[in-house]
Amino acid sequence: MKTILFYIRKLFAVVKNEVLVLPSRVAVIFFFLFILLLPFFTDDVYILRIFTLASIFAIFAASWDLLSGFTGQMNFGHALFFGVGAYGAALLNLHYQIPPWGSIPLGALVGVAAGLIIGIPSLRLKGTYLALTTLAFPIILLGLVFTFPGFTGGELGISGIERLAPTRVQEYYIISVLMLGLCTIMWAITDSNTGIIFHAIREDEIAVRASGVNTTRYKLLAFCLSGFFAGIAGGLYAHFMRIAGPSTLEVSLSFQVVIWAIFGGAATIYGPIGAVFFLYPLVEFMHVLKDYRILMFAFVVLLVLLFMPDGLFRWLREKVEEECPRCKVRNIATRKTCRVCTAPLD
Amino acid sequence: MSIVLDIIISGVISGSIYALLAIGFSLIFGVARIVNIAHTAFYMVAAYCIYAVTNYLGWPAVPAMFIAVIFSVILGMVTYKLLLNPIREHEGAVLIATIAIAMIFEQVMSLIFTGTFLSVPKLVEDYFTIFGVKVFYQQLLTLGAALAIMLVLLLFLFKTKLGLAVRSTAQDREVANLMGINESFVAMITMGISVGLAAITGAIVVPLTILEPHMWTPPLIMMMAVVVLGGLGSLKGSFVGAYILGFAEAIVVFAFPMGAFLKGSVALSIMILVLIIRPEGLFGVYFEEER
Repeated sequence: MKTILFYIRKLFAVVKNEVLVLPSRVAVIFFFLFILLLPFFTDDVYILRIFTLASIFAIFAASWDLLSGFTGQMNFGHALFFGVGAYGAALLNLHYQIPPWGSIPLGALVGVAAGLIIGIPSLRLKGTYLALTTLAFPIILLGLVFTFPGFTGGELGISGIERLAPTRVQEYYIISVLMLGLCTIMWAITDSNTGIIFHAIREDEIAVRASGVNTTRYKLLAFCLSGFFAGIAGGLYAHFMRIAGPSTLEVSLSFQVVIWAIFGGAATIYGPIGAVFFLYPLVEFMHVLKDYRILMFAFVVLLVLLFMPDGLFRWLREKVEEECPRCKVRNIATRKTCRVCTAPLD
Repeated sequence: MSIVLDIIISGVISGSIYALLAIGFSLIFGVARIVNIAHTAFYMVAAYCIYAVTNYLGWPAVPAMFIAVIFSVILGMVTYKLLLNPIREHEGAVLIATIAIAMIFEQVMSLIFTGTFLSVPKLVEDYFTIFGVKVFYQQLLTLGAALAIMLVLLLFLFKTKLGLAVRSTAQDREVANLMGINESFVAMITMGISVGLAAITGAIVVPLTILEPHMWTPPLIMMMAVVVLGGLGSLKGSFVGAYILGFAEAIVVFAFPMGAFLKGSVALSIMILVLIIRPEGLFGVYFEEER
């Protein structure tokens, strides 16, 4: 009883002193609450569907950020992992009757294999070469999909996949809770020592190698991790839409994920997630504009970039928070002195 | 015999088209370090422009081509000045800005001309036959125009002062700036030339293809493959790479069943194989990373 009370008091202390003092952390709490409580406010199937898909794409965009944002290995063919995960889960489910809780992780493992396959030739390439080479992989696979329609369903894709759960609300909860969990894991990875090495590889690979870190291994690790998370997103998509088609491999999906991630702010994890939850529903709710919505979407992206080239959420965070010049702790922008070391903030 | 001839004709034509596109893409990348995803979108804009001028204004095809090229060049320079120049320092932002520009062009074209397939009449309708293969004069015209434009471009780059400025900016931006070359002006001119090349390609290809708002993606991917295969920033590399991939495509399409689906895959696999052996492309120079 005493220990429980102790932990409850500790929780309150942490919330009061560490969470409520920073607007960005409060925003994260609100985001979690919003995601978890959404079905209590609306049971509109259409809205639930939009947010379910947004959750799937949030995992996908965050996984791009883990690879390209953090290690700087520009991946222009991220749809490969998504498509491989979707097709893997769909084929396993259809031919071997493996239920979704088995087929999605197995599909994600196929994504890991894909990460290794494109990671190894990509190790020697840098910058733009790498970006344009990775662009090629999903297109090669797409060609194979069209060439063997008997196995892959060709243009129509694979349909008749098992549903994730009997009702929309259950599906929503499975996917959104998974999204929150996986994105927290990705954030934890980038916040760990591994994440610091990823970051360092982007800044200066030679210096990292000179400090005795095997950068090859870490780059491959980044490809595999990213492939794993994107593969899960692909598997969820296949089971949610109940179809795995060529659209999961298309160039436009690869471009889309780059747009989401850079729009929100690369190398932050929370940026891409926020961008997906901002842009995806925006485009969906703009259906009143009919044919103009993609046009409006492109304009929004262009305008935001023109004024905040570092990404929307990074810009917002810079506006509401300030870093203490002495102890590097973040403070709310309204404070005059640092909350930890009381150094004056400018 | 006829299949060989088919392969040669189709390979030479698509090779020349890829070469024109890739050289333009390579130029702007070399000078301004912009990966211009919207490059082939300008090609599409020019093609639609020709359709509009010939169909709605009733003008003959040749002046329509000139108008299309001039219009696209102005459009390209304006987009560069307004949208790309302010964010040039942020590589990622430039990248998705060009994607967004391409999307805007695609959407605007599909709003104006709807998504239906359109076509423009050939300049010359006639054809002749050798070994049972139909060769349209239009195809020869396209080929001739492509080669002539490449020659003009080479003369410009290697015989004029502005060409020298472009080449030296591509080699080292800072030093070129120190030598008194107005770097941002050169970048804008290069953007104009690069878009102009894309527009000319669009103009000479339009009688051979079908117009639709998505027509910019397939050549985009092949063009990028060509540029990477040949080595970024190398004109010779783009030229050779374009013909390699053009012929590879033609061989796959004509010699194998289901080849039409596989042509992209085979061409891109060739690119990846070359890159595994030579990471800097066929004629690229390997620079140690700037630090």
